[in-house]
Amino acid sequence: MLKLLSTEPVRLLAFLVGIMAFVGLNAAYLVWVERKGAGRFQRRPGPTEVGYAGLLQPIADAIKLLSKQLIVPQGVDAALFRVAPLLMMAPALMSLAVIPFGPSLAARNINVGLLLIFALGSINVMAIMLGGWSSRNKYAIMSAARVVSQNVAYEIPTLLVVITMIMITGTMNLNEIVRQQAGAFWHWNVFRVWVNPLMPVTFLIFFICMLAETNRAPFDMAEAESELVAGAYTEYSSMGFGVFFMAEYANILLGCSLATVLFLGGWQSPFGILPGVLWFLIKMYFLVFAVVWVRWTFPRTQFYGLLNLSWKLLIPVSLFTLILSSAIMKLY
Amino acid sequence: MRNAVKEVVSGFYSLIVGMRVTIGQFFKPIVTVQYPHETLKIAPRFRGHIELVLDPATGKPKCFACKLCERACPSDCITVEGAKLEGAKKRSVTAYHLDFTKCSLCGSCVEACRDGAIRFSRDYNLAGWSKEDFIMDLFKRLELEAQAASPEKVDGRAVPGLIAAQDAAHQDKTKTDLK
Repeated sequence: MLKLLSTEPVRLLAFLVGIMAFVGLNAAYLVWVERKGAGRFQRRPGPTEVGYAGLLQPIADAIKLLSKQLIVPQGVDAALFRVAPLLMMAPALMSLAVIPFGPSLAARNINVGLLLIFALGSINVMAIMLGGWSSRNKYAIMSAARVVSQNVAYEIPTLLVVITMIMITGTMNLNEIVRQQAGAFWHWNVFRVWVNPLMPVTFLIFFICMLAETNRAPFDMAEAESELVAGAYTEYSSMGFGVFFMAEYANILLGCSLATVLFLGGWQSPFGILPGVLWFLIKMYFLVFAVVWVRWTFPRTQFYGLLNLSWKLLIPVSLFTLILSSAIMKLY
Repeated sequence: MRNAVKEVVSGFYSLIVGMRVTIGQFFKPIVTVQYPHETLKIAPRFRGHIELVLDPATGKPKCFACKLCERACPSDCITVEGAKLEGAKKRSVTAYHLDFTKCSLCGSCVEACRDGAIRFSRDYNLAGWSKEDFIMDLFKRLELEAQAASPEKVDGRAVPGLIAAQDAAHQDKTKTDLK
């Protein structure tokens, strides 16, 4: 029996179910966290009525969405319209397969894990673009155009930062990257200023780009409700919208996981003892909280401000860190 | 170049300040009132819709259907019916309808009343399912209020303690404090 459980297909099946459950649960309960957080930041309690402290609220929301009709409006490209939400959800799920949650807890510990994540991550943009395009709605198309230009702008600094990280660590295997950060917290990549004095800035650039790539406030141009109704999601109802909504949180989860792995030492403990899954989750959820915190602190940027930030600040700075760290590596 | 760097640094500093302000608010207690579960104290001079006042001497409404309030009302929302019962010196009210859908709470009726037979209630939980819910029978409302206070004693007679009960009900609503 034990032998059967440890075979490869069973292990993969367990990880498949585990990741889907993890993403589903998180997507549902990050909405709750978001609403509770929004409430607390505005000095109100957030959801309180459904279950203790509103804990059953996501279930109530899901039932409400499921019981609604999935309307496919006349004149839309029905196939693309239906496939777009799934296309947004699937890459996030697939990317989590290479994230090392613990020392030996990764569905697939492959050597090009980082590459895989960014390859899949770029599908995300296309999903929103397809959703917006196929909706046959002015607002949705405007939103789709915005999303593309935003994501093109922010993909560059993200990748420059990631190239810096690959140069420093010398590997694209995420578990290996975490292993290199063993020891107390000053061994984490974000604090390794002797490798590159601008390491904290690099982390910050990555975090900002992560916010922009997941279309989170203050960069939520995709569904700028004040000017574009609901942006690319305008024509979506029922679970079509629900899946988009869940995918947004799945992408945040993935982005925070990646930031944890690359910069915050993944599953390494900050005191150099007892590394494990718990530390990974603590760091990741702290970043998720920071995402919520940022959302309820800053208003949405204007679109030119968003592009200016990327082209005039983030790209030059990330290029500079890239050159700086390569120079330091060459000299020492 | 120096200006650009300065701008970025000071801009970033302002973002940090913003984040510090919001996290400060995050840990402070909430300020909203969870309405159905808790209510604020009502101001002592809160003016709700009108209600009839009981006469402490007889235990019946003070109103004797002079219809001054009906005439004073600018929106025509009060309808009073009165009749002279045998043995009674004055007329007494038999029906008092308030169409609250039209009432603007101006208080002219209360001012017009010479006997102090109507006053502002402290009822503010005024949600209803239909328009008809707001055509109020104030005479019946008074009877129900009295019955709720002492159910077995009321059959039209003067009941000691009834007035007190009505006053208590009147006062009670002013005292619902923050829990």
